[in-house]
Amino acid sequence: MFSLLRSMWLVFLHMFHKRDTYQYPEQKAPLPARWRGRIALTRDPDGDERCVGCYLCAAACPVDCISLQATEDEHGRRYPEFFRINFSRCIFCGFCEEACPTYAIQLLPDFEMAEYDRQNLVYEKHDLLIPSQGKYPGYNYYKIAGLAIKNKDKGEAEQEEPPVDIKSLLP
Amino acid sequence: MINAWWIIGGVLFVLLNTAAGLIWLERRMLALWQDRYGPNRAGPFGLFIVLADTLKLFFKEDWIPPFADKVVFVFAPAVVVASVLMSFVIVPFAPNIVVADLNIGILFFLAMSSLGVYSIVLGGWASNNKYALLGAMRGASQMISYEVFMGLALMGVVVLSGSFNLREIVEAQRTVWFIVPQLLGFLIFMVAGIAETHRLPFDIPEAESELVAGFHSEYSGMKFGMFFIGEYLGVTLISAMVVTLYFGGWLGPAFLPPVVWFAVKTFAFISLFILLRASMPRPRYDQLMEYGWKVLFPLSLLNLWVTAAIKLWLVSK
Repeated sequence: MFSLLRSMWLVFLHMFHKRDTYQYPEQKAPLPARWRGRIALTRDPDGDERCVGCYLCAAACPVDCISLQATEDEHGRRYPEFFRINFSRCIFCGFCEEACPTYAIQLLPDFEMAEYDRQNLVYEKHDLLIPSQGKYPGYNYYKIAGLAIKNKDKGEAEQEEPPVDIKSLLP
Repeated sequence: MINAWWIIGGVLFVLLNTAAGLIWLERRMLALWQDRYGPNRAGPFGLFIVLADTLKLFFKEDWIPPFADKVVFVFAPAVVVASVLMSFVIVPFAPNIVVADLNIGILFFLAMSSLGVYSIVLGGWASNNKYALLGAMRGASQMISYEVFMGLALMGVVVLSGSFNLREIVEAQRTVWFIVPQLLGFLIFMVAGIAETHRLPFDIPEAESELVAGFHSEYSGMKFGMFFIGEYLGVTLISAMVVTLYFGGWLGPAFLPPVVWFAVKTFAFISLFILLRASMPRPRYDQLMEYGWKVLFPLSLLNLWVTAAIKLWLVSK
């Protein structure tokens, strides 16, 4: 009997506690930086697309909501011809981000994506590309990779030795 | 004396609006005690949630299951509202605001609140659903057994005031409210009242964690709304009865009119009902019956005997 009265009193005291509610549209909950929300394609420090069209994200996606077509410019730099994410299917698991070898695809702390028309949830490449480096500032895949592209020949990448001339006899 | 039709209309208007307002009040109060805000968007302080809820209920499909007993199924929800509203006939809101000044007031109240059990039994039976039937069975046994010592607890008040008439009972409390000499009776009446309105923690006929929704599992739309309103009216009724019988009814310091005193006291008990809902766990069905018959029943008998003995002793002196 006493415990019942005590619990009633304790519940009554909750009247004077701070509310836990976020008054959502006006007051937003603080989202952590690693929140898995809207998917975006980031750019490298030069402002070029980071995506190299390797299809790893599409392969990792458990609900098959990513579709893309890789292509190559005249200098051998790969990029996606189109890149399409169907957000009505996406489960925001973040596997695509984990699979991405070039930090191109990233999940952002943004969940306010509601649409009246279902078709509007299919995001094309120009919807996905953002003018930002996302969570990995300063990372530039083509500056590190050994691949020769425009304005960067073999051996000119960061932390890369010039190629060894295997035909030469000199040590 | 005010015209009786005005009183009837006024009481009906106030009660039905109270019952609707309790939808809002309960949700806000529960939220308050659970560190939330509750409905606060629609209208000032979210008051229009009542309107939104009612409109929603009206536009729900009013479905009668093909396996149900149609006539009884439709009839049952009306019984609960009608019987509770009938009980309010004898409640004195102020010295001259009472619909019927019956000299058997308390007996009428007991009779009408017993009729309320029919809505549960008939609703559960007519639904032709095992969970509804289980809920109805529990409701019947709970309400019938708690009815017994609800009446016995009330007899203490009757002995002290020497009348079944609620107005005279209130007048008899001019010197001291009956809560003081009848504390035990008040506690028993309160517990029985909660069980009678089948509110939490004694919501065993509904017990949504065990029986889907108990006796009204099959109800939808405004028929469900009737059970809903009936429950809130029941809460108001028990609060009003507790105030009348134990807390001096309309009596109070003269700076407020009697009706306001009555309303304030009743509101306090309605809030207590909601606090109970916010803080109490539901007892098991057999625990409820055991507690009723083995503890509350002897206690209420004892209360009656002791009260009667003291009263006789005082009279014979």
